[in-house]
Amino acid sequence: MTPATREPQQAANEETAPSIRAAAAMTRRGRSFTKDNVVKAMFIVPAAIYIILFFGYPVVKNLLMSVQEYTTKTFFTGEAPFVGIENYLTVVNSNLFWPSIVNTALFTIGSIAGQFVIGLALAVFFKRRFPLSGFLRAMLLLPWLLPLIVASATWRSILDKDSGILNQFLTGIGLDAVPWLTSPSVALTAVIIVNIWIGIPFNVTILYGGLQDIPDELYEAGSLDGATGWKAFWHITVPNLRPVVSVVLVLGVVYTLKVLDIILGLTNGGPANATQTLAIRSYQESFVNFEFGVGAAFSNILIVISLVFAVIYLRANRRAVDE
Amino acid sequence: MSTVLLTVDAAAARRARARSTRSVGFTVLGVMFLGVMLFPVYWMINASLQPSGNTLTADFFPFDPSFAGYETAIADQGANLVTSLIISLGTVVLSLVIAAPAAYALAQFRYRWINVALLAILVAQMIPGIVIANALYAAYNDLGLLNSLPGLILADSTTAIPFAILILRAFMLGVPPSIIEAARVDGAGQVRAFVSIVLPIAKNSLITAGLFAFLFSWSDFLFALTLTTTEDIRPVTLGIYQYLGTQVSNWSAVMATAVLSSIPAIVLLVLAQKFIAAGATGGALK
Repeated sequence: MTPATREPQQAANEETAPSIRAAAAMTRRGRSFTKDNVVKAMFIVPAAIYIILFFGYPVVKNLLMSVQEYTTKTFFTGEAPFVGIENYLTVVNSNLFWPSIVNTALFTIGSIAGQFVIGLALAVFFKRRFPLSGFLRAMLLLPWLLPLIVASATWRSILDKDSGILNQFLTGIGLDAVPWLTSPSVALTAVIIVNIWIGIPFNVTILYGGLQDIPDELYEAGSLDGATGWKAFWHITVPNLRPVVSVVLVLGVVYTLKVLDIILGLTNGGPANATQTLAIRSYQESFVNFEFGVGAAFSNILIVISLVFAVIYLRANRRAVDE
Repeated sequence: MSTVLLTVDAAAARRARARSTRSVGFTVLGVMFLGVMLFPVYWMINASLQPSGNTLTADFFPFDPSFAGYETAIADQGANLVTSLIISLGTVVLSLVIAAPAAYALAQFRYRWINVALLAILVAQMIPGIVIANALYAAYNDLGLLNSLPGLILADSTTAIPFAILILRAFMLGVPPSIIEAARVDGAGQVRAFVSIVLPIAKNSLITAGLFAFLFSWSDFLFALTLTTTEDIRPVTLGIYQYLGTQVSNWSAVMATAVLSSIPAIVLLVLAQKFIAAGATGGALK
């Protein structure tokens, strides 16, 4: 939340604390099944139904599909025989399973590390007040707001081996052209670079917000004790930013794990499966091979990994709110 | 800055001058960083105006701009752009209609399970889209919602609704219950109080939530890819993907379509900066 929106809210909360208590007392008295309670329930019912249908149902359905032989045939016959853990065995024994796990890990760690380091550097830079700083920082959001497939298309033209501008630049300064998207050994790196570019604005925004929340007095007190520059960064900025950092990192991981658009647009999982991740595997099994059971098994593995990080996120976020 | 005007001390004036040269230096540096970050966007626009068709050999600046790419793009993708627009507007309406009352209830009503509901919304946001697409494909197939506008609007709202609920709730926590009570005392029902008191106050946060619902839906690629099987309903993101194919035959048309698809993001970032900035940070924390 931005400081701008938070202040009036906090003020309002403090002002109205007594009336919140009054309202709470009122609802406690009227717990019965009155017309008022029905009306109040109607505020929440549409959202509840939507969340159950579009989040609850898919999770359950994926669990079911993953233990069924669910293929194109199912759509004609309506039959999806129970096969136990067979789909999971297919997944684990497939040639692409371990490569896709390794790629998912490399893609996630590489993207997050790059986004975070550059994002933090830019956030620290933009914390200084100078002419146009606010405007420039706002414009920095653009890569994040563009449709991901637009980013993919643009980068495909930039990274094109023969006529892309990046290779023209590299050969111009005397280096060799790099087959960014066509060589299995560099394709994953290229995809990571593009994903870093997309993620930087988000990191800058959240980290900048975190930096703004560190009271200036801390830096003033620090400078009296001789803590300036790097010293101030290590001893004041880093410890005070830690809660925000954990939120950014964990959210980054959760978002990166499910990335599909960028990879599909840039490489389609190729060349020679060099950019296969768990999300791509799930998509291709379901929607290219029409093996929905196997696709569901892949996506359940993805859910479990995401959930682990979701739990970490919730803990980190609670700490960020508490502090 | 006011100290500069008041002081006659030469040393202080010199320091202030040094500071202002330094801050101009920071501006220059900032412009350079932004230039590097936005270079791909510039390149997209530049490439879209190049006359060449299937090669990428482009000048650094479109000295002799050609609009051939745009002509092809509009001929091929014009209908898809309209489809995207309809789906995005539909997502805005559906998301706000569902999220605003829920956000109000989660902010102002005292239910014991509110924290559980908030947790569910946070976790829902983290469910990978492919999981939802897997399940919806089968369900939509049975319900006849594949290749339909309502089907895509409902699916695209999965990114917009949890986000909108969290953003709107964060704002509505700050609406003083006393003014709602006052309206209730004057005889307004829950619904009246919500529509005529709360919604007008929440206008800015509704705009933020609506803008992001639009951008999320406009950017959607996964549901467009998985929940359509024919060419009847084809959002422009899918059109770009089909253009990209295995081999790109007309780069200027691809880039022109990319530019046209970027217009909402660019326009909103320039015209509605404060709403975008509020949403960019609001969704992540709390």
